[in-house]
Amino acid sequence: MVDPVADRRPPITPQLALRVAVFGGIALVLFAVIFFRLWYLQVLSGDQYLAEANDNRVRELRIQAPRGEIVDRNGRVLVTNRRAIVVQLDPAKLPEAERDLAATWGQRAGQRAARPKGRRGEEVPIPPIPDPVLEARYERLAEVLGTSANAIHRTVIRQLAQVPYADVRVKTDVPRSMLNYISERKAQFPGVRVEQVYLRQYPRDQIAAQLLGTVGEISPAQLRKKRYRDVTQGTIIGQDGLEYEYDNYLRGKDGLRRVQVDALGRPKGNLREVDPTAGREVKLSLDVRLQKTAQDALGEVGGGKPGAAVALDPRNGEVLAMASYPSFDPAVFTKPLTQAQYDKLVSDENGAPIFNRAIGSAYPTASTFKIVTAMAALETGTRSADEVINDGGVFKLGEQEFKNAGDAVNGAIDLRKAMEVSSDVYFYQLGAKLNNLRGQVLQTWARKLGIGRRTGIDLPGEFRGLVPDKEWRRDLAQEERSCRRKKKISQTANVYVAAAAGCGISDMRPWSAGDNVNLSVGQGDLQATPLQLATAYTTLANGGRRLKPHLGLEINDSQGRAIQRIESEGTTKVDFDPANRQAIMDGLKLAASGPSGTSTDVFKGWPHDRYPVYGKTGTAERQPKADQSWYAAYVPDERKPIVVVATVEEGGFGADTAAPIARQMLSQWFFGEAGEVVRGESRSR
Amino acid sequence: MNEPAFRPPRSLALPFDPLLLLATVGIMICSLAAIGASTESNAFVNRQAMFFAVGFVAMIAISRFDYTRTRELKYGLYGLSIVLIFATWAFGGVTRGSRRAIQLPFFEVQTSELVKVLLILVLSAVVVDRARDLGSRQTTARIMLLALIPAALVMLQPDLGGALVYVMTGVAVLFVAGVPWYRLAVLAGLGAAAIAFVLAVGPAVGVSVLQDYQLERLTSFLHPSDVQGDAGYQQNQSLIAVGAGQRTGRGELSSQTNLSFLPETHTDFIFAVVGERWGFVGAAFILTLYALLLWRGLRILTISKNLYGALIAGAIVAMILFQLFVNVGMNIGIMPITGLPLPLLSYGGSSVLTTLIALGLLQSIYAQGRAAAATKGRVLTM
Repeated sequence: MVDPVADRRPPITPQLALRVAVFGGIALVLFAVIFFRLWYLQVLSGDQYLAEANDNRVRELRIQAPRGEIVDRNGRVLVTNRRAIVVQLDPAKLPEAERDLAATWGQRAGQRAARPKGRRGEEVPIPPIPDPVLEARYERLAEVLGTSANAIHRTVIRQLAQVPYADVRVKTDVPRSMLNYISERKAQFPGVRVEQVYLRQYPRDQIAAQLLGTVGEISPAQLRKKRYRDVTQGTIIGQDGLEYEYDNYLRGKDGLRRVQVDALGRPKGNLREVDPTAGREVKLSLDVRLQKTAQDALGEVGGGKPGAAVALDPRNGEVLAMASYPSFDPAVFTKPLTQAQYDKLVSDENGAPIFNRAIGSAYPTASTFKIVTAMAALETGTRSADEVINDGGVFKLGEQEFKNAGDAVNGAIDLRKAMEVSSDVYFYQLGAKLNNLRGQVLQTWARKLGIGRRTGIDLPGEFRGLVPDKEWRRDLAQEERSCRRKKKISQTANVYVAAAAGCGISDMRPWSAGDNVNLSVGQGDLQATPLQLATAYTTLANGGRRLKPHLGLEINDSQGRAIQRIESEGTTKVDFDPANRQAIMDGLKLAASGPSGTSTDVFKGWPHDRYPVYGKTGTAERQPKADQSWYAAYVPDERKPIVVVATVEEGGFGADTAAPIARQMLSQWFFGEAGEVVRGESRSR
Repeated sequence: MNEPAFRPPRSLALPFDPLLLLATVGIMICSLAAIGASTESNAFVNRQAMFFAVGFVAMIAISRFDYTRTRELKYGLYGLSIVLIFATWAFGGVTRGSRRAIQLPFFEVQTSELVKVLLILVLSAVVVDRARDLGSRQTTARIMLLALIPAALVMLQPDLGGALVYVMTGVAVLFVAGVPWYRLAVLAGLGAAAIAFVLAVGPAVGVSVLQDYQLERLTSFLHPSDVQGDAGYQQNQSLIAVGAGQRTGRGELSSQTNLSFLPETHTDFIFAVVGERWGFVGAAFILTLYALLLWRGLRILTISKNLYGALIAGAIVAMILFQLFVNVGMNIGIMPITGLPLPLLSYGGSSVLTTLIALGLLQSIYAQGRAAAATKGRVLTM
C-alpha cells in the first residue's frame, strides 16, 4: 500500500514554485534560441539559402551547336560533322594526386621531347594509378568500356598533360546504350559524362588537310582574348587553319538546357531550353578536283619527296588549289592523338605532313626568280629587252666564276631568248650591274612583286621569307659577333669552328656583288614560299596588281544560301611599263613553247593556241641536299585564267618534276583531267 | 493515520485539460500534413494516422486511470524496461547498422522509446519513496544509477539519443523533487566532464566510447560545409531547406524536399520540411503548439494531487522539451545530429505511442488533481 504521507503534499510549496519557474525559464530560453535562429535562417539569410537550393536542383547542360561546313567553290563538301557518342571524364572530379601526376609527367615528357633526337633516352614512363579508390573507379568504367583501368589512366594522364582544363575523352563512338547505362548509374561513375557531340568529318580524306586546321575546346588563355569575348567555357573553337581563320562564322552558338535534377543527379524535367544555332557554311575558292590533282601529282610525280603546289586566279587572288605533300587524314584529330600518331605528323623523317609547305616553307626559287631580275633591269633601264649579249657560258666577277647550268654556252641572246633557254650568264650580268645602282633595286622589285613579304592569305602560320640584302647581312654579322662574345669564341675563328661551339650563324662577311649575282638567278640566301612566287607571277600576269591571295569566298547559311561574300582586300598597285611586262611575258611563253624552251617538251601536245602557257622552270641548289625542282606558269583565259606554282624538294630539274606537276594541274583545270605525266629533258637551272 | 473518506469520481466523468488536448491534436494534424508533403506516396501518412489512432485511444484510456497506482509497480516496470532492452538486443532486426527495434507482425517496436516513459514512472516512484531523504547524496546517486544502467544499454544498440533522454529524465526528476542546487551543480559538472571525455579526450588517448560516425555527427554541426561525409551533407541540406523556406515557405516548389536533397524527410528532418514548405510562419505555428503543450505540462505539474504526479509531469515536460530542442536544433544547425525524433511530428509508431502515453499520463494527473481539489479542496496538509 502506498504510504499516504509521502504521497500527499501541500498544493504547492515555494520551493516547487521556484523550480517550476526555473524550468519554465529554461524552456523559454530554448524557444528563444530556436526562434532567433529560425529568424536568422529564414528571414535574414533566406535569399542566400534559396539561391543555394536552386543551385542544388538546376543543372545547365550545353547543347553543342554543329559547326558550319567547309565546301569548295562548287559546293563540294570538305568538312562536315558527324554525331558521335563519347565518354568523357571531368578533370575536376579526379583526385588531385592524379592531376598532379599528369602535370609532372607532362613536364618530364616535354623536357625529353626538347632534347635532340637520338639523345632523348627512354620514354618517360607513366606512373601507376596513385589512389586505390580511383583505381576502383577506373576499373568500373573500364569494364563497361571494354578496356583496362591502366589504359584509362594512361589516356587521362596524356590528355591532362596536354590540356589540363578540358574533359578527358576516354572513348569516342560508343553505342547509345552506353549513354543510358552510365546516365542511369551516375553515382557509380562519378565525373563520367557520356555525351553526344559533333565531331568533324572529312569526306575527302587527305584533300586540303593542312588548310582545314583543327578544332578543340577553348583554353583559359583564349577565353581572355578579345576575339572570343562572347564565347563561353567549354565551347569548341577552331584552333588552326581555316577552322581558326573563319571560326567566327563556323562556330555557331551552343544551346543550353536547364534541367532540374534530384539529389542523385537524375534529371527531373526541363526548365528551359535554348536551341543551338548552327554555324555558317564557309565556301572556299578552292576547286576540289584541282586540289586533288595537285596532291596526287605531287605524290606521284615527285616520287615521295616533299613538295607543294599553288594555283591562283590572277584576276582576284582566289586560291584555286594549295597542296602540300605529304598529307595526312585530318580525322586523326577528332580522336585523342597517341604519341605515335603525333610523332608521325610532325617528324622530319616522315616529311612532317602537318606542315603546310605552300605558305610555311621558304626556299631559293632558282630561275623562276628571273622575272624579277628582268623587270628590275628593264624598269631601271639597265638593259633593254632587245639588247643582245654574248653568253659564253661563264660570268666572271673579279676572281669568282659563275657558270651556266651544265656549262651551256648560249651565244648571242636577248632577254626573250635568255628567258627561253634560261641563260644564267645573262642574269648574272644584270645582277652585278643592279648591285651598282643605288637602293638595291633587285631586292625592291622582288618585294614589289610579292617575294619576301607575307602575302596576307587567310591562313595562320604564314612565313615571311627573305630577300637577302645589305642590311640583312650586316645584322647577321652583328648577331654572330655578339654570340661569339657571349660564348667566348674568337672573333677571327673559322665559321665551322664557331658552329661547333654553338654560334656560326654567319661568316660575318659584308654584302658583296656576288650575293646579288646569286640572287639574280634565285639562288643563295633567297627564301620564298611557293605562294609568294605564285603571287609574283600573278602580279606580272595581271599587269601590276599585287593581290592578297585568299581561300574564303562566301559565307553561306547552313542551307548553303549565300549571305555574305568575302571581299578580297589589300590589292597593291605595282607600276611598270606594259612594254617591259610584254617582253618578259614573251620570254616566258618561249620558255614553255619556243623551239629551245626549257619546258617545251613538257608541254608537248598542249594546245598552246587555245591556252598559251607562260612558264618558267627552276632548279635550286640546296647543298648538301639534292636540287629542288620549281615551275611557275601563267595561262591566260577569258573565263578561267590561272597561275600555277609547283615545287618538289630534292625533285631534281624543274622540267623533270615540277613542270609535269604543273602541266597536270593545268590540264585538270582546262580539260577536266590530269592526263599523263610528261617529263621534260631540260637540264637548265 | 486515517485515510479521509474519499470516493473516486467515475472515471469517464473525469475532465480533460482542453488546451493540452488542443495542442496534441494540432501537432498530430501538422504531422500528417508534413509527412504528406515529404513523401510521394500516402503510405507513411496512412500508417502515421493509424499510429495516432491507436495512440490516441491509449492516451484517453490512460487518462481515465489514476496514475498513482503505477507507483507500486515500480520494480516490475524497471525490470520490464531492462528486459525490453535486452529483448531488442536478442531479437531485434538490424536497420542501418543499429539494432533498435523488435519486429512485430504489424510494426516494429523501438523499445528504447517505450522505456522512456517507463523510466519516468520508475524514477518518479523511487524519488517519492525517498522523499524524506531528498537531500542525501545517496538519493541522487541511486536515481542517476537507475537512469544510467538503461542508458548504457541503449548506447550499445547504438541509440545515443535515447540514452541522453534517460539521463535527462533522471536529472529532471531530481530537479523537480527539490534536490539541493549544489547536488545538481555536481551532476552538471560530471556531465560536462563526461562530454569532454567522449568528444575530445577519449579519442585523443585512444578510448572511443562512440563510433566514428557518431562522433562525426556530433561535431559536424559546428562546421557543416567543411565535413565531407554524410553528416555534414545532411546538416547542410537541412539548413538550405529551412533557409530557402523564407517567410512564408516554398509550397509545391520545395525542391530540397521534393528532389530528395533533404534526407530522412519524414523522420529526423521533418522540421526542415515544415521550414521549407511553410516557411517561418509554419515553423513558428508548430513551435507555438509545442509551447502550448509544454506550458500545460508545467501547469499540470503544479496542480498535481501528489508529488508522484508532479515528478511525472516534470519529467514528461523535460523529455518532450529535450527532444524538441535537440531535434529542431539539429534541423536548424545548432545541435548535433543524434537521431532523436521530434515527438508527435516525426513519423514512427514507437515514438508516437510513447509520446501519447506520456500525454495520457499528463491528462490523468490533471484529471486526478482536479478531482482531488473538487472533493477536498486544497486544504489538506501533511
